[in-house]
Amino acid sequence: MKMTGAQAVVTSLQKEGVEVIFGYPGGGVLPLYDALYDSPLYHILTRHEQGAAHAADGYARATGKVGVVIATSGPGATNLITGIATANMDSIPMVCITGQVGLSIIGKDSFQEADITGITTPITKHNYLVKNPADLPRIIREAFYIAQTGRPGPVVIDIPKDVFTSTIDYHYPDDIKLRGYKPIYEGKAQEIEDTVAVLRKVKKPLIFVGGGVISATATDLLGKLIDQYQIPLISSFMGLGTIPASHPCNLGMVGMHGTVAANRAVMDCDLLIGLGVRFDDRVTGLLSKFAPNAKIVHFDIDPAEVNKNVETKHRVIGHLKWSLQALLEKMAGQIPEETRAQWNVWLEQVQCCHRDNPLIFKKTDKVIKPQYVLQELDRQTKSNYIVVTDVGQHQMWTAQYYQFNRPRTLISSGGLGTMGFGLPAAIGVQMACPEESVLLITGDGSILMNCQEIATLVEHQLPVKVAIINNQALGMVRQWQRMFFHQRYSHSQFNNGGTDYVRLAEAFGATGLRATKMEEVPQIIAQALATDGPVFMDFQVCSEENVLPMVPAGASLDQMIEGAVD
Amino acid sequence: MRHTLSVLVENKPGILTRVAGLFARRGYNIESLAVGETDNPSISRMTIVVDGDGKIIEQVTKQLHKLIDVLKIQDITDEPSVDRELVLIKVNADATTRSEIMQIVEIFRAHIVDLGRNSLIIEITGDQNKIEAICTSLRPFGVRELARTGRISMMRGSK
Repeated sequence: MKMTGAQAVVTSLQKEGVEVIFGYPGGGVLPLYDALYDSPLYHILTRHEQGAAHAADGYARATGKVGVVIATSGPGATNLITGIATANMDSIPMVCITGQVGLSIIGKDSFQEADITGITTPITKHNYLVKNPADLPRIIREAFYIAQTGRPGPVVIDIPKDVFTSTIDYHYPDDIKLRGYKPIYEGKAQEIEDTVAVLRKVKKPLIFVGGGVISATATDLLGKLIDQYQIPLISSFMGLGTIPASHPCNLGMVGMHGTVAANRAVMDCDLLIGLGVRFDDRVTGLLSKFAPNAKIVHFDIDPAEVNKNVETKHRVIGHLKWSLQALLEKMAGQIPEETRAQWNVWLEQVQCCHRDNPLIFKKTDKVIKPQYVLQELDRQTKSNYIVVTDVGQHQMWTAQYYQFNRPRTLISSGGLGTMGFGLPAAIGVQMACPEESVLLITGDGSILMNCQEIATLVEHQLPVKVAIINNQALGMVRQWQRMFFHQRYSHSQFNNGGTDYVRLAEAFGATGLRATKMEEVPQIIAQALATDGPVFMDFQVCSEENVLPMVPAGASLDQMIEGAVD
Repeated sequence: MRHTLSVLVENKPGILTRVAGLFARRGYNIESLAVGETDNPSISRMTIVVDGDGKIIEQVTKQLHKLIDVLKIQDITDEPSVDRELVLIKVNADATTRSEIMQIVEIFRAHIVDLGRNSLIIEITGDQNKIEAICTSLRPFGVRELARTGRISMMRGSK
C-alpha cells in the first residue's frame, strides 16, 4: 500500500499496539502531526518535551508496555535528553521519535538542527537516523523489539522531515533480522545447579531484589520462593513492591537510607542472591566491605552486569521468569532438613533485628514532621495507591514509610535521580491506569522543575493527588551540607518568602490545600482524597529533618548514622 | 596487559562513534583501533588493542556485545594469530647517513617510498616487535614524522 512516511509511522505505531503517545509538535514533525490528526492514537500534548518524555516513561513503568514520545528536531529533541537518560538508567522501554531537518540540509547547521543520534548514543539502548524512507517500517518494528526485549531500554528514531513526506510502498515486516541482537531468555541449567549446590551448604542466605524482578514480571515466582523456603529478603529502591512490605521475610530497603535490619543482614549473611540488581553504589556503600562474609550469586538478564561492580563467583544469566522457575524446580527436595533448620534460626535473627530497629523520628506537635505526613498518607490511602515521587528527601521518606505491596506501584527515578520527574510521570501513570488512584509525593524543589505540566494534568482532569513536602529548601542538599559540610548551607534554601503552592495550583485550575500545623495534616489529606480531579497539598514541614538511618557515601553498610532529629 | 580484540560490526554509519564512545565513557583505553570492510561489504572488522587486566577486558567485551551493531568479538591475544601494522616514517637523511639508513631498511625488509634532499620516507609492515625495532634503529638519525595504521589481526588456521 502506498502512503507517506508520516502515515507509515502512525500505521506502524498502531501495529505495535500503541494507544497513547506523549509529545510536543514543531516544524520538523509537522508532517507527522498532520498524519496524527486523522489517527485514533490518543496524543497527550504536554507543556514541555521533557514532560512528554517523563510521561511516556511513567506510562511504561506502570504498565510494562513501551512508552512513546514525539518531539521536533533541535531543541525539541534535546529537551528529551534528561527523560531518555532517566529511562536508560532504570531500564525502561521507550521509543522516542524525533524530527530532523531535511536530508539534504543535515550537517549544514540548519535551523533547529541537532545531531540527536550522536547526542543520545551513550544514553539509549540503540538509536536510528532514518535516511531511506523505505526503511521506516522495519526500523519502527526493530525499535519496539529492542526497547522491550532483553534488558529493556529507550530507543530513539530520528526522522528527517522529507522522509516523513516521501511516499513509500508500505509493508510491515513480520520477522526481525538483527544479527547482532539475540536477547537471552533461557540460560544454562548448570548455573542453576551450581546455585542449588551453594544453597544446600549455606546457613544464612539472603535474597536481594531489584527493579529487574518487576520488569521481568517475575514477582509471583519470587513470592513462591520466599514463601516456600522462608528466606529473608532485602530490596533496592527500585525493587520496592516486589514482595509486600508486610511480608514477614521482608526486611525492607538496603543501602544508604536502608533499614538497620537490611544493612546488618548484608554484613552477616553467608550467601547473597541478587535478583535483577545492579549493585549500585547507593546500595553497596564501600564495595570492599559489601557482604564481607558472603558468596554472591547474581541473577540477571544482562551478562555485562555480572562482575561490573561486585565480583561474584556464581551467576545465572537469563530471564528471571526462566531462572526463578528453574531454581524452584531444582531446589525441590534438595535442601536438607538440617539446612532448613539453620535458615529458620537465621530468619528469626534478622526478624528480631528488624523488630528491634524500626524506623524512628521524633514526633512533636510544634512543627509538621515530614515522616508523619508520609505515615498519614500511607494510612489514609490504605497503602494501595500508585505512588510517584520526585527526587530528594521526600523520595527516601516515601521509600521508608509508604508500605508498597504490589509491583509497579512505586514510580520513581532511581538510577539517574531526576528532579522534575514526578509530575509528568504521574500524568503518564494515570493515563495508563485510569482505574488506579495515583499519589505524587514531591518536594518544593522538584515540583517547580516541571510545574508547567500542571496545565496538562488539569486539561485532562487526571485525578492525581499531589503532596508537596515543602521545607523551603533543597532538603537532601541541606542534609549533606549539615552532616558533611559544617552546616554551610550554600545555595540550598529558597529565600523567596515562600512560593504560594495553593495559588499556583489554583492558577492552573487545580485545587490547592495547605497544612501549616500538625493537626491539620490528617484533615487536609482526607479532604484531598475526597476531592475530584487534581489536588495539590502544600505541607509546610520543618526544614531541619534528616533522612536516617544513613550510611555516608563511601562507608560500609555497618557504619550507619542512626537516631532521630529533635 | 595488552589485549587484541577482533570485532565484527555492521558496516553502518555511526558504528565507529558507538564503539569509540563506549570506550571513552566507561573509561577504557584504546591503544589502537583499525577498521575496514571485510569481504562482505555489509560487515566491517575492527581490530582494537586495549590495555587492561582480565576484569576490564571482560567488561569491555560484555559492554561491546550490548551494542546492537556488534556481531562478534574475539579476544585473540592468546590465540595463534597474524598481527600486522603499516608504518610510514620520515627520517632525516643526508649524504653521510643515507647509506647507513638504506642498510637498516634492507635488514628489516622495509621500503623507501620517497626520497627528499634531506629526508627519506620509509614504509614498513610488520608486527609490533619489528616496528619497534626499526623505530629504535632509525631514531638516532632524527625521525621527523611517523604515521601508523594501528594493528590488524587475523587468527591462523581455519577458525
